[in-house]
This record gives sequence, structure tokens and C-alpha cells, in this order.
Amino acid sequence: MKYSRRDFLKTAGGGILGGIAVLNLPPLLKDITKRNRGPSSLPTVSYAERSLEKSYWGFVCDNEKCIGCGKCVVACKRENNVPWEPEYNRTWVERYVINEDREVFIDSPNAGRDGFKAEPMNIKYKNLAVWKSFFVPKLCNQCENPPCVTVCPVGATYTTEDGVVLVDQKHCIGCRYCVQACPYGARYVLPESAETHFGQVKVVDKCTWCYHRIHKGLVPACVEVCPVGARLFGDLRDPKSQVSKVLKEKRSYVLKPDLGTEPKVYYIGFEKGVQ
Amino acid sequence: MDGFIYPNEGAIQWDLLITIYPYITGLVAGAFVVSSLYHVFGLKALKPVARFSLLTALSFLLVSPLPLVIHLGRPERAAEMFLTPNLTSAMSGFGYIWLLYLLIVLLEVWLAFRTDIVRYANASDGIKKTVYSLLALGVLDITEESILVDKRLIKILAFIGIPGAFLLHGYVGFIFGAVKANPWWSTPLMPIIFLTSAIVSGIALLLVMYVVVSKIRKVTLDHSCLRSLTLWLGGFLSLSVLLEGLEVFSMLYESEESWGILSKLITEKIPIGYFGIQFLAGSVLPLFVLGVVAIYKWPDQVKMVLAFMAALLVMVGVFAMRWNVVIGGQLISKSLSGFTSYTPPLLGEAGIVVAAVIVLLPFLIFAVLSHLIPPWQEEVKLREPKRLSF
Repeated sequence: MKYSRRDFLKTAGGGILGGIAVLNLPPLLKDITKRNRGPSSLPTVSYAERSLEKSYWGFVCDNEKCIGCGKCVVACKRENNVPWEPEYNRTWVERYVINEDREVFIDSPNAGRDGFKAEPMNIKYKNLAVWKSFFVPKLCNQCENPPCVTVCPVGATYTTEDGVVLVDQKHCIGCRYCVQACPYGARYVLPESAETHFGQVKVVDKCTWCYHRIHKGLVPACVEVCPVGARLFGDLRDPKSQVSKVLKEKRSYVLKPDLGTEPKVYYIGFEKGVQ
Repeated sequence: MDGFIYPNEGAIQWDLLITIYPYITGLVAGAFVVSSLYHVFGLKALKPVARFSLLTALSFLLVSPLPLVIHLGRPERAAEMFLTPNLTSAMSGFGYIWLLYLLIVLLEVWLAFRTDIVRYANASDGIKKTVYSLLALGVLDITEESILVDKRLIKILAFIGIPGAFLLHGYVGFIFGAVKANPWWSTPLMPIIFLTSAIVSGIALLLVMYVVVSKIRKVTLDHSCLRSLTLWLGGFLSLSVLLEGLEVFSMLYESEESWGILSKLITEKIPIGYFGIQFLAGSVLPLFVLGVVAIYKWPDQVKMVLAFMAALLVMVGVFAMRWNVVIGGQLISKSLSGFTSYTPPLLGEAGIVVAAVIVLLPFLIFAVLSHLIPPWQEEVKLREPKRLSF
């Protein structure tokens, strides 16, 4: 039998297309079923029956209470082995200073881990006609519509059913697309010198709301150490939780709401200019 | 560092290697479009560079994934892109698109050179004969009918290849354009801008290579072909400049919250690369020169030198555009309150030396390929006696 060029092309083309289709089918199906679970509103009660992921976590930062002591940053670094040098952070504290002309000045020396005593207001902003100033704690917003999860090319970052965005560091290829996609600067690449609990380097790391702690009924390390109660953590679905109560009583705001990421870190005491 | 940046933004994430990546795929897409202008749209003037451009596209295409893989934090996991693609990611399709396109280009190259390969196989002996016979993939039929079939297939492949090239490169633009967190990237115009500048850079590259290769081979080049390249370069360059200008003009006009930091970026952080190289030296000046070349009746040699200079400028300009997008976009802090800084190191895996080697590698591949299957060989019409069909 003569095997013509046309036959060769047909077989080769068919084989390659078929291969691509077969390889893509399982993840595609997985993807479709995931989407059919409905919009990203609060998960329905049926999840509550699952023992491990029964809650739907939320976080409140009260800018009116934060004193910028930086204890939260240190606690986080110790709890999660976050690199001290070079400086990367799962959480940090920003100091906002607004002058009489409504110009905004922001700083966060060493991510606020040593507090702000080294550069106090009256020295750093000596000649500034200060109108008001305050601190803003920052951490991963664990968005309901997380752009980082959308863009990960290999599905190494994902949202748990209790609403926390995690990274599978043994699967992450280190392309950093998620770092680009996060509007809040919450993600970073672990340097070669990093010694985290998962033993991985040159992959992406981020705040997990201390996922290993909250499963045991503890609160995240930063919440635990805050001396003024500026950080609150709890179950958004439980009306008796502290976060639910505060959010019901007070007006709150989220960062960059226009981007449609639906953050789950809510801020009390917001001000124009806070990004 | 200038102003306030988030603590994790001290170093930029996508460095020089990611800057040369869209530059290289752009050259692929552009070179392929030139070959398709001849194969699909029948622009006879471009015949001298039709096969030449195919080989150029292949040479660059083979190298294009290299900077990406080197840049990965964990290059040993690169295959996960194929094995566990997350289909909501704009990046996950890259491997498949690249593979598909590689297949199209390889097939088209094979078909376009098949008659030559068979002739070389027949005319040589020893190792050479083995190599060419292998390259022929066992199809040694070069009757007039089979050549006609080849031509039809080439036309079909070149036709499929155009959307393929657009996909490969427009897609790169989308990877940037779909990042809503970055105001300098987030625009639906991004894929189109990447595409037009890709075509521009590809035509410019061919023009440069055509002139250089002709000098090396000591042959007179086809001036009507050069003229055609010049005109197409001018046309696509005008479109490209228009779109790039429109993008920033609408940002300025709409003056959203991010415009404050964006205007600072282009006027204070990258003014030389942006206004100086991308716009003036890389677009306006070459447009002027190309216009002059097209209008005035000067000697061919003068026109050649001018077009060559203009094409070189365009290639530098397009590189500046890639830099201004990729690096420029990352200089802005997402707090919109400050800038980080970046200077590529000379050495190291993301250094200037490595990047230069990657950019020069396609030329080496091209040299080898063109030694094996010279693209400038006139397509010889072999008049073999018709064999009896059985």
C-alpha cells in the first residue's frame, strides 16, 4: 500500500489534535463543574455540614484602633517563617499622613515590623502641616473573586471552600503571573535562602490567614498578638461571630472595590487615598 | 525607589528575559506574515524573500520558549503547563498554541523546500545523501503534479498560519492586557498593539536580513522586492504608531485615578525610552525616511541604504516598546503612589549577556538552516517524463 503525503498529514494532524483534546478534557470538565456551583456569593449552608471547611472566614482591620506597633508583622514572620532579609511580608503596616493641602504621604519602614519609632512623625514630617494621620494594616484580602487564582497557568493556587486562597508550593512553577495579577501586592516569590514550613524556594508565597491555626480553632497569629484589637477574625456566616457583629454595627470599606475582586478584609475607618 | 511601594514590590518580577520574549515572538509573527503575503495573497514582488522569511520565522520560533523557561522559578516544572493547564489562565494555552504553530511552520517549511531536498538527495552521496533523504521523510515524488499539490498545501498552511501567528502574538498582548491590577497594561488595545508592532518588527527584520545576506552572498538584491518591503513596513508602522498613540491619548483624556502615576512614568521614569526611542527614533524618524524613499526617485543604492537604516531604527524602536510595556508597567507600584527601579545586570541568568545570546541564537539557527536548504535557490521546475500510474 502506498502511504501518501496526504495520508501522512491526515494521520499526524488528527493524532495531534486528538492528543490535545484528550489532555485538556479532564481539567476542562473540572473547570465547568466548578463554575456550575454558582456565583461567588456566600456559599450555601450545605457546606456547613462539612467538618473541615464549614466556616466562611472574614477579617476586619480597624484603622481607628491600629497604633502601628508592628507586633503583628513580627508575629507573622515568626509563625510562618517569612523571610526577614531580603524583606518580604505576608502582612505589613502602612502609615498615612495627609497634609492641609490634602496631599497623601505613605511609608512603611521595614514593613512596619519595628514600629514607627525610628522615624517619628515630628521628625520625618517636621515641616509638614499635618491634617491627619493614621495606620493601615495590610494582608492578603482572600478575595472572593481572586485574580491570582484565575491567572495561575497550572492551577497551583486555589480557593478553599472556607474562602482562603492558598498556594500549592510543590506544584507552583514560579512564573509569577499571580504576583502581577494581585492588585494588593500580597504575593511574593520566596528567595533562595527562604526556609518555610513546606521547604520550597523560588515559588510564590502569601498570607494564608494562618490556615494551619484557624483549622484548630485558633485565630491568625497577627490577630492573636494585636494589643488593641485592631485585627479581628471570624466566621462571616455566623451572626454571633465578632466580625459579623462589627460589620453589622459599623460602616466598612474594602480596598480597590472598583476592580471587582470582592476582598474579604474589611476596613473600619477608611480615608480617601488609601490604596 | 521613589514614593511609596508595597513592601513586596522591591524587585520587579518579569525582567529582561520576559522583555525579549514578546520581541522574539513578534519577529516570528511578522516574518510569517511576509511569507503569507506572497503565498496567500500572491504578492509576486515578495517572492525573493518568501522562503527566506519562512526560515527566519522558524529560527526565531524555535528559540522563543527559551527565555520563558529560563525565567521560571522552577524550570524543572515547566511541563506542568501541558500536563495540568488551568484553563481560566490566559497563560495556560501558551504551550499548546506554540506547539500548534510550530507544527504549521515546520510543515510549511518542509513543503516549500521539499523539491530542493529531494534534488539534493538525488545529487549527493554519503552522509549528505542520508541527511537529505531523512529530511525528505521518504516522500521522493517530485513530479509536476506533486509540486502542484505542495503549492496548494502551502497556500492552505500559510492561510491557517496567519490566524496562527496572530494568535501566538496577540495572545502575548492579552497576557499583559488582561492584568487589571496594572493600569499601564490593562487595555483591550494591548493585543492589537502587540500584533501590529510584531508585524512591523518582522518586516523590518527581513529587510535588514535581506540586505545583509545579499551583501554576504555578493549578489544584487531585487529592488522591487525591497521597495515592496519598504512600503509594507511604512504601512504597518503608521498603523502601529496610531494605535500606540491612541492608547496613551485616551488614558490622558479620561484621566482616571491612575493617570497621575502613568503620566509620571512616561515623563519622569522612562521618557528617553518612551518618547525618545519608541516614538521619535523608532517610529517618527523611520516613517519620515520610508516616506522619502517611497516618494523620491533616487538611485536604488541610496534607497537601499536609507531603507536599511530605517528598518534598523524600527527594530530598536519595537524593542523599546516591549521594554516600556513590560518593564515600565512594573516600575509603577500598585499602590499608585511610587515607583520601583530596575537595571538589568550584565551577568547572571537574567542578565544582558544571556539575553543577548538568546536573541542571537536564531541567527545561528538561520545560518545552519540556510546552509542546509538555501532559501534563495530559484525554484527549479523539473520537467521529468511522466511516470506510468498504476
